[in-house]
Amino acid sequence: MGAWFSENGLLIGLALLDGLANAALIFMVAVGLNLVFGVLRIVNVAHGSLFAIGAYAAASLGLFLASLGLPPAFGFAALVVAAALVGGLLGPLIERLVLRRIYGQEEVLQLLVTFALFMILEDVQKLVWGVQPILQDAPMKLLGTVEVPFGEDTIPFTAYQLFLLPGVALATLVGLAWFLRRTLTGRVIVAVTTDKEAAMAMGIDAAKVTLLTFTFGAALAALGGALASPTTSLVPGIGAQTIVLSFAVVATAGLGQIEGAAISALMIGLGRSIAVYLAPEFEVVVPYLIMVAVLLVRPQGLFGVLETRRV
Amino acid sequence: MTLALSRRAAMLGAAATSGSLLFAGGQAGAQQKPTELRVGITTFLSGPASVFGVPARQAADLLFEEINKAGGIAGIPVRAFYVDEGPGTDHLVGEYRRLVQNEGVHIVFASISSGSCLACTPLSDEMKKTTLLWDCGTQRIFEEGPHPFAFRTQGYGTPEVLAPLLYLLKHKPEFRSIAVINQDYAWGRDSWELWKAGMDALKPGVRVLAELFPRFNSTDFSTEITRLLALRPDVILSTSWGGELVTLIRQASERKLFERSTFVLPVAEASLQQLGKAMPQGHVIGARGDHWNNHPKPKDPARFKRFVDTYRAKYNEYPIYPCHHMAQAIAAMQAGIARAVAAKGGGWPNDQELANAFRGLTFDSPTSSITLREDGQGLEDQIVGLSTFTDKFAFAVPKDMVIFPAAMVSTPVGQKSVPWLKSLKPEILDQMPAPIAG
Repeated sequence: MGAWFSENGLLIGLALLDGLANAALIFMVAVGLNLVFGVLRIVNVAHGSLFAIGAYAAASLGLFLASLGLPPAFGFAALVVAAALVGGLLGPLIERLVLRRIYGQEEVLQLLVTFALFMILEDVQKLVWGVQPILQDAPMKLLGTVEVPFGEDTIPFTAYQLFLLPGVALATLVGLAWFLRRTLTGRVIVAVTTDKEAAMAMGIDAAKVTLLTFTFGAALAALGGALASPTTSLVPGIGAQTIVLSFAVVATAGLGQIEGAAISALMIGLGRSIAVYLAPEFEVVVPYLIMVAVLLVRPQGLFGVLETRRV
Repeated sequence: MTLALSRRAAMLGAAATSGSLLFAGGQAGAQQKPTELRVGITTFLSGPASVFGVPARQAADLLFEEINKAGGIAGIPVRAFYVDEGPGTDHLVGEYRRLVQNEGVHIVFASISSGSCLACTPLSDEMKKTTLLWDCGTQRIFEEGPHPFAFRTQGYGTPEVLAPLLYLLKHKPEFRSIAVINQDYAWGRDSWELWKAGMDALKPGVRVLAELFPRFNSTDFSTEITRLLALRPDVILSTSWGGELVTLIRQASERKLFERSTFVLPVAEASLQQLGKAMPQGHVIGARGDHWNNHPKPKDPARFKRFVDTYRAKYNEYPIYPCHHMAQAIAAMQAGIARAVAAKGGGWPNDQELANAFRGLTFDSPTSSITLREDGQGLEDQIVGLSTFTDKFAFAVPKDMVIFPAAMVSTPVGQKSVPWLKSLKPEILDQMPAPIAG
């Protein structure tokens, strides 16, 4: 065992660095999905589309700002502004026009409606941005690379993935936990999540809370997409794979769990990275193996709580 | 019951409009000339491979418009019926039947995906419908059995992999280690098998340091890149394409992997416009054929320029290889129908007569002549070179180009690719034409 670690320890160390950036992006999307489910009780398949549209919007805005001759640093502003625009515009639109009509309906219907929405938004992306890959990596280039020691060698990592992505994810986690526990609005959201009927009986406007929560969740998905956009090329289909992975994270964590989503994202992100080093053929299935293993032992997820049946 | 009746009615209606199509296959005698030439085209209009499928459809629309303006084919206008490969092969099989039975197409163009082609080709046998395989690359189609109604109007996996391998062996003969990073699906796995078979025969002893097959449609290769940086292989092969190749190149370039290893990218051409100046120079790039924008000696330079310029004017981008493959299929269709009509003394051919006209057919593409062998496989030259930048293009193009004659790098008729590649001798390198500066 000791010999194995001395031989592979450095490689595992590298895998941990990769896994952290990977986990950060998954978390940004999964936490929004989880938050929305907690309040709306709807598994929103179209959440992946918000990720994709956030990414496309950030890239387009970044390219537009660059075409005006503005410095590359404005690319960072483009990420945040695009996420806020997508969340602020599409979030209320979707909640008011579509989701509000299916609250309390059968889960199958809810899934079908959000899936239909997902398909429509996929086509909208193609209509607006076409099918050819779109690139806007100015923010990543601006931060440059960091040489990480590896024995007598060094391995270049981008500072964007090594520091910025995990940093933003950590700030989101801490900020969200503070918001939900320390602010009145946050506590209202928690109240609706815990017991919607009781919260309404106390005078809370549940309709307003659902609108706010969905908009916030949509903005988180869009921010995830915006943050991912400088690291990848944007093509049709990026929303689909994101939502599948996010479901794995949410199911592993337990629906409605914020910190749980962070830990599950970390488990899945690190699991995938380590698999690439030790058994690459399993990289694809690692997230789902982790999910199945957790659900076999705890069907409600790692941090989920069993709901008592209400009469 | 209602469904069955309406289906029958639709079939009869289609047959009536297109001229006794339902019974066309069995009649060798008088064949009424249709009022329009119906062409069924399967291509990706959704999903990641729409980066190929949509430009190819655009090329088809453009060329059909030109053909119809010039009077059509054999005097009748062409009408395309597009089918999306995106939903998968089960859906496509149903759509193929619908194209033949309900729409009454005279000829089918199938497909981009190898899986789609493997599903459609047996249908061409069953329904006796001439099917031009216009873009798919799997070597299995004609190596696993005859398909009398199917013809591939471009090259395929074996020459598209062997040509870059030969180029690498000539350009960088001292390489001792390699790693592969391909998409995890049929092409990714098959192309590595073909490469490895050829490499082991022509340069035994090369160490394979990593075989990485990230999930199809991956958007992040950071971990794979870290591992490759740590392993430091002399050569990295990737037959990936589309957005994944763009992402891989950008992420690898940003992290200086291109400075440590020589990349071989047989399908690079389609992604170079998106990459712009981000494509590193001095790496081996291929085009799934010979249709580079800086082709050193196209057979018909005026025709090549006209196609490229017209496409650019209409769609604001250069045509990529699926556009050229579509153009080749259309050129083959024109030549095949002309041959069939001539063979019938000006009469309209039935399905069997139409298929007969394609066997052994030679047709001109803007860059060369392509012959459809007796097994149905087309012989398309391959051009491989080193990535570079010129004043003329805002993206990378090849320099030191080698034009590999198709027959040199294609598996001979009746043989299978992997055993043939394993039987290659290093002397094949002596047959390589000299590079052209470009």
